[in-house]
Amino acid sequence: MAEATHGLGGLKYDPAKRTRAPEWNVFGALVLIIVIFEILNRMQGGSFLFNMRDNVDAIFNKQRLDIMILQVAIIGIIALGVTQVIIIGGIDLSSGSVVGATAMIVMSFAQTATVNGNPNPKAIFGDWAMDLPVIVPIAIGLACGLLAGLINGLLVAYTRIPPFIATLGMMVSARGVARWWSNGQPVSFPTAEYGQLANGDLLGGMTFGLLTWPGQNPAVVFVLLAVLFHVIMTKTLYGKRCYAIGSNEAAARMSGINVDRHKVLVYAIAGLLAAVAAVLLTSKNLTAQAGMGVMYELDAIAMAVIGGVSLAGGRGSILGTVLGAAIFSVIISGFTSIKLDAYYQEMVKGAIIVGAVVLDQWRQRKRARG
Amino acid sequence: MSKIILETRGLTKHYGGVHALEDANFILHDGEHVAVVGDNGAGKSTFVRQVTAVEQRTSGEIIFDGQPVHFSGPLEARQAGIETVFQTLALADDLDVPSNLFLGRELFKFRLGPFSWLDRKTMRDRTLEALKTTAVKIPNIDNPIRNMSGGQRQCVSIARTAAFASKLVIMDEPTAALGVQETAQVENIIRGLKDRGIPMILISHNLRQVFDLVDRIVVFRRGRIVASLRKDETDGNDIVSYITGVKGGSDTAYA
Repeated sequence: MAEATHGLGGLKYDPAKRTRAPEWNVFGALVLIIVIFEILNRMQGGSFLFNMRDNVDAIFNKQRLDIMILQVAIIGIIALGVTQVIIIGGIDLSSGSVVGATAMIVMSFAQTATVNGNPNPKAIFGDWAMDLPVIVPIAIGLACGLLAGLINGLLVAYTRIPPFIATLGMMVSARGVARWWSNGQPVSFPTAEYGQLANGDLLGGMTFGLLTWPGQNPAVVFVLLAVLFHVIMTKTLYGKRCYAIGSNEAAARMSGINVDRHKVLVYAIAGLLAAVAAVLLTSKNLTAQAGMGVMYELDAIAMAVIGGVSLAGGRGSILGTVLGAAIFSVIISGFTSIKLDAYYQEMVKGAIIVGAVVLDQWRQRKRARG
Repeated sequence: MSKIILETRGLTKHYGGVHALEDANFILHDGEHVAVVGDNGAGKSTFVRQVTAVEQRTSGEIIFDGQPVHFSGPLEARQAGIETVFQTLALADDLDVPSNLFLGRELFKFRLGPFSWLDRKTMRDRTLEALKTTAVKIPNIDNPIRNMSGGQRQCVSIARTAAFASKLVIMDEPTAALGVQETAQVENIIRGLKDRGIPMILISHNLRQVFDLVDRIVVFRRGRIVASLRKDETDGNDIVSYITGVKGGSDTAYA
């Protein structure tokens, strides 16, 4: 009884009626979607994620899982930043273009001088920029992302223009930078060390054979960053301020929170995460192209929204976005696995995003009615 | 007489040609509870907005705690020790009760700039303590306040003010939107402030409540203070006469 009347002022509190964390709903949806695709695949005589017929040792269809995890990882890293931006009531449309611009710039500092005994045919700079230690392109890349994020943040916080417009401008301009950088030519042939960044095997055999494959690093980075930002968003002042601002900006201001400075910080972090994705993406592909990252911003926003992050701000979580990213990836590879045409995939992707928002609104109304 | 905590001299506020507040001379002693009453548009809220620096005064002096003050905004006023419950709630709907109570003055386990580690347990314990003294009914303080009733939210807002009250509390119609029980709870919180010796300015339309709670009643009419009466030397009819201008007003035909 003492536990049951946890409520104050004698008001009875029923723990069973406590609001369930919305992440459970997202997780349930993830399981449901996996089961549906598994059934659809079995009906076609194949298998989706689970592989109990061909190989007794492996539980999972490893090939498919590998592709999915890689898909999730790179855009998922962007989605971590986008999640924070949406939670403070903003939006970031620029992340895909920032990936593109950063990719071109980063790659120019990661090139190797000789390819098969010949001078690098795609060289951007002279010999001084060849075979630099791998930390140099990484630092330059992160600086690019940070700069783009800072500009976004300063525009949003101090000119008071809507985030949609500010980041739309950055989206167009950053893509312009990406195309201008090498007159549209791809930048290729990085040093071996740079290629190892994303194609390496950081964990090695530590994961009991479940996740060992060459090139798992993007997934490892994604998981580490997700854990880091999950902790930051739930345990620190930074997270509390994000939710307070997204929830009621005027109240946050009244309470003494420096709202403008916090916004700049959040957009800067989002830019930084886009740059991390750009480094991993170029390292993975061993080349950079001006068109890299097109539509990534929308995929990242979709991951967040599917994961229960409210576009109105104030609600959502990193955990939700990670689950949303998983759903997103399961759906995409699910369609591929049942051999649905790529054009249909795009159409359905759009419908899923709208559906997720509709579902969120519907849930809110239902909760408001009690 | 105890020391004066707040004094305004010739406090005036014009909105363009509208004289919303004219030459207000007001004194509040330490530990004293004063009600500010008056018709709509009489200048009550304008008066409070000047004191809390939500707006900047046209002219006049504000002396708080012995010092002439010029707060640049409500935040500075709060830092100086003036806690205010505004008519519009300053709460973050998606945060739980402790987070709202400690919004902008969080407690930390260790400090690391914006990434300082929150001391959630202590904040939660202190919240429970603060709410217990106010007898506010809230089923679960860990829920976001979005799902709470208007009364519960108002109580959180007032509990927050009461919990951090240091030198002066101002409440602008705290019970305007509340039911009978919730009004009683808010009144309990106000009595608690009185017991703690914290001075308060209460803006209210509810004369029953005013006579229940405060020591002195100040009547505003058409931007001016027309009366300042001790509770025991006046009654409801008297106050209404001042509010409507039957008494003390120079603008009526009978004056």
